[in-house]
Amino acid sequence: MIKVVRDEFVWMAGGAQGSGVDSAANIFGRACCYGGLHVYGKREYHSNIKGLHSYFHIRVSKNEVIADVDHVDLLCTFDAESVVRHIWEVALGGGIICDSEVLGTRIFDIPTWPKPFIDEFRKTLDEKGINPVTVGDLLNEVKKNNVRTFAIPYMDLLKEVAKEIGEEKLSKLTRMINVLALGASFGLVGFDKAYVEKAIKMIFGEKPKIISMNILALSKAYDYAQQKFSDFGFKLETVQTDEKRIFLQGTQAAALGKLVGGCRLQTYYPITPAADESEYIEENEVLQLEKSEIKQSGGSIIVVQTEDEIAAINMASGAALTGTRAATATSGPGFSLMVEGLGWAGNNEVPVVITYYQRGAPSTGLPTRHGQNDLRFALHASHGEFPRIILCSGDIEECFYDAARAFNYAERYQTPVIHLIDKAIANSNRSYSMFDPSSVKIERGQLLTEAEVKGKEYKRFQFTESGISPRLPLGTPGVVFWNTGDEHDESGHISEEPMMRTRMFDKRMRKLETADKEIPVQERVNFFGDADASATVVSWGSPKGAVLEAVERLRQEGYKMNFLQVRMPHPLPKEYVAEVLGKAKKKVIVEGNYAAQLAGIIREQTGIAMDYFVLKWNGRPMSSDEVYEALKLIMLEKAPKRQVLTHGT
Amino acid sequence: MALKLTDYRTPVFVDWCPGCGDFGILSAVQMALVDLQLPPSKVAIFSGIGCHAKLPHFVNTYGIHTLHGRTLPFAIGAKLANPELEVIAVGGDGDGLGIGAGHFVNTGRRNVDMTYLIHDNGVYGLTKGQASPTLKLGLRTKSLPKPNINEGINPIALALAAGYTFIARSYAYDVRHLKETIKKAIQHHGMSVVIIQQPCPTYNDINTKEWYGGEDRIDPATGKPVPRLYKLEERGYDGVVRKPEEAFSKTVSALTKAQEWGDKIPMGVFYQNELVPTYQERISKRILTYLENPPAKQAISDSSGRPITSIEKMLEELKVTG
Repeated sequence: MIKVVRDEFVWMAGGAQGSGVDSAANIFGRACCYGGLHVYGKREYHSNIKGLHSYFHIRVSKNEVIADVDHVDLLCTFDAESVVRHIWEVALGGGIICDSEVLGTRIFDIPTWPKPFIDEFRKTLDEKGINPVTVGDLLNEVKKNNVRTFAIPYMDLLKEVAKEIGEEKLSKLTRMINVLALGASFGLVGFDKAYVEKAIKMIFGEKPKIISMNILALSKAYDYAQQKFSDFGFKLETVQTDEKRIFLQGTQAAALGKLVGGCRLQTYYPITPAADESEYIEENEVLQLEKSEIKQSGGSIIVVQTEDEIAAINMASGAALTGTRAATATSGPGFSLMVEGLGWAGNNEVPVVITYYQRGAPSTGLPTRHGQNDLRFALHASHGEFPRIILCSGDIEECFYDAARAFNYAERYQTPVIHLIDKAIANSNRSYSMFDPSSVKIERGQLLTEAEVKGKEYKRFQFTESGISPRLPLGTPGVVFWNTGDEHDESGHISEEPMMRTRMFDKRMRKLETADKEIPVQERVNFFGDADASATVVSWGSPKGAVLEAVERLRQEGYKMNFLQVRMPHPLPKEYVAEVLGKAKKKVIVEGNYAAQLAGIIREQTGIAMDYFVLKWNGRPMSSDEVYEALKLIMLEKAPKRQVLTHGT
Repeated sequence: MALKLTDYRTPVFVDWCPGCGDFGILSAVQMALVDLQLPPSKVAIFSGIGCHAKLPHFVNTYGIHTLHGRTLPFAIGAKLANPELEVIAVGGDGDGLGIGAGHFVNTGRRNVDMTYLIHDNGVYGLTKGQASPTLKLGLRTKSLPKPNINEGINPIALALAAGYTFIARSYAYDVRHLKETIKKAIQHHGMSVVIIQQPCPTYNDINTKEWYGGEDRIDPATGKPVPRLYKLEERGYDGVVRKPEEAFSKTVSALTKAQEWGDKIPMGVFYQNELVPTYQERISKRILTYLENPPAKQAISDSSGRPITSIEKMLEELKVTG
């Protein structure tokens, strides 16, 4: 298991959307990575282009970071709202970087406050018995917690930059406030500036003028902070490492997995947070090929932005019929539109892959926020019954390997595979040891060639014991076949005969049993911790990191615990799950939805009910702190049966 | 050996109503394939849902009977993955212009090199005769409880606006004209659509074979009916764009012709423009090996199942240490 240490630093950038929070955070994360540190970054943003609050929470450590936490050591703000919003999250001894000009801003005059926030905030002030009027007053209040304020005169520093580069219009430079805040951050913790400059060069790419302007702004703020505030308690030191590491977000990992896995056509309709994956693939549509005995004139993947998600899934199915590995990527509202197409693919045994990025639902829900609410939907979507395989990734690295494996399952069992990811994974970024593409295997199942069918009668839906009928790419010379959404005979022609219906239906459904028999349990679950434990935690998806860390903290306190992460809830490896849960003394489910969807599926499949429920649906990912607190209460026998987590801003 | 009509037939019983226009369309499709000598396994016919949608089951080519209104996305997916296929999508008027209207419009924008045949009979036959999007305002076909409350859309004008580069109309009972039109559509370099006027003997008792044939209007001079349908090519109409500067004026002429309905209904090619790059050509500009090694032809692993796609360059961009 991964060791938990407190030897770490948590930084947050906050500002209005469009003011460069993301690029500041990317530079911060990369610079820390360059300095040999491990990074986990969580991104939160509104469904808005410019003006509303967004932030990036970054945890760095000398050791691997697997989850997000609640506190901030250094809150780096670009505007007044970010100070007020996050002030209570700053840890004892921490610091707040702000613009000197916001100190006089009256808290309740900030125009972007949503009413629920303000009501909550007033309540907090009442509870604390304080009555600050300005941002400066508020900052004075947290001084009691030894939280220091580092006011930086952003505009004065910008004027200096303007003067040095001969730019008369200051308004052209205000975009660089994020870099000033970044410079001040690194100055305060004394981090090696060379790594930050390297990150700036990477982020701004081929724009030398912009790079030099930004590096100048960075240095101004860095030097200012170092000279003015030399005694901040945190120092961020670099670490020497020879390990090959990458720093990436979930959508990139899934895209990379698809490419290695042989995906050659991807469709999508723009939707948050799935679209990033397709855009990243399109940027890299011309593929590099490994040296092999295969001679071909160059690889490529076609990415089609369709008119809607209905077209997206059906176009992917059309491509899959030709023997192409094809996929689509979407989120909840898009998947809702894909449901009819999913049923067609199921009925026609089409190996199509759907990468499904869950977000806060139902309806438009929380379009840019986290949710883990669609497991039941993925399992039951469509009228009627057909086999499907559901894979759930627990972190960014799993997204890579699962995205590639999804095609193997789809082709081996000739049925749709739904790969569930969630917003917390999609939009987080994290440092990892280099992925190993050579460990990926391509298994295409029973895929016939022209030579194998030449001169023979071919029936697309031939009855077989396994339920799997050998598949032939549409377009293979010398043969034809038919498909239909209607019930059909072995040739693929419509048939409403009751005997045929029973047999053909049974043939399709049997594939799920075959899959259940053939797919090893190691590909379907992860098990961590003590064999003999006083509590077993069960979860799926992005809570993985938070649960692992919380369980490990409790184990260090002397509790015997283990953790079962379900990666394939359908078909669920039920004997294995039943065996683990059969031994469990306290059974705890942790998942990000209201109804405890996985717990329900497990109960349905094994008859085993959970003892405790730890649930969350406030649109924010689980932090390891809140999972730890909830599990601790359970271990102390002080927990109610159902705990609802509410952390996150 | 030359391919014959029987090579394109299947043993499946054709279950359309006696007298249905679909029989004429089926014959014309099979005859066009014979004329073009297209091997059955090179052709893929996609259909939506409705009476038209059974057509692929009666033709001995790859036949993919899809979902209501969704024939185009399926067909495009197959064509983009394997551009060597001759892809023909068939749809109905309710299927293609009602529930599938979004795909109809957006397919025009792409100009994929394939063919789309719309069976247009003004009604939803398989659900017992409700008004389709092409039925004109105020008409009450026999199973409608009230006259049609919506205006009928103009598919020719809609196709022009959407960007189809081959737009034609033909008639299910003029099998020769229809066959020739389908051949032109298949041979067209780009996205073609053929609107096929088709009587529904069971549910459309207004736009009948007799109505199209003008049997209610007898020319006193000849004593013969004056048909409503006439052929554009016989009136000297030429909708083919041969130089880029003609595109605008030919579009205007086609749009003008598209307004004719009722007493005079034009058939033939309204508009054709092969100067517009196809979707495949647009892809080929970005991906030079696309046509030579399209998705369906690409090897993705070596014989031992090892992936052959290298993501090394992408990983290099993400690399932070080591």
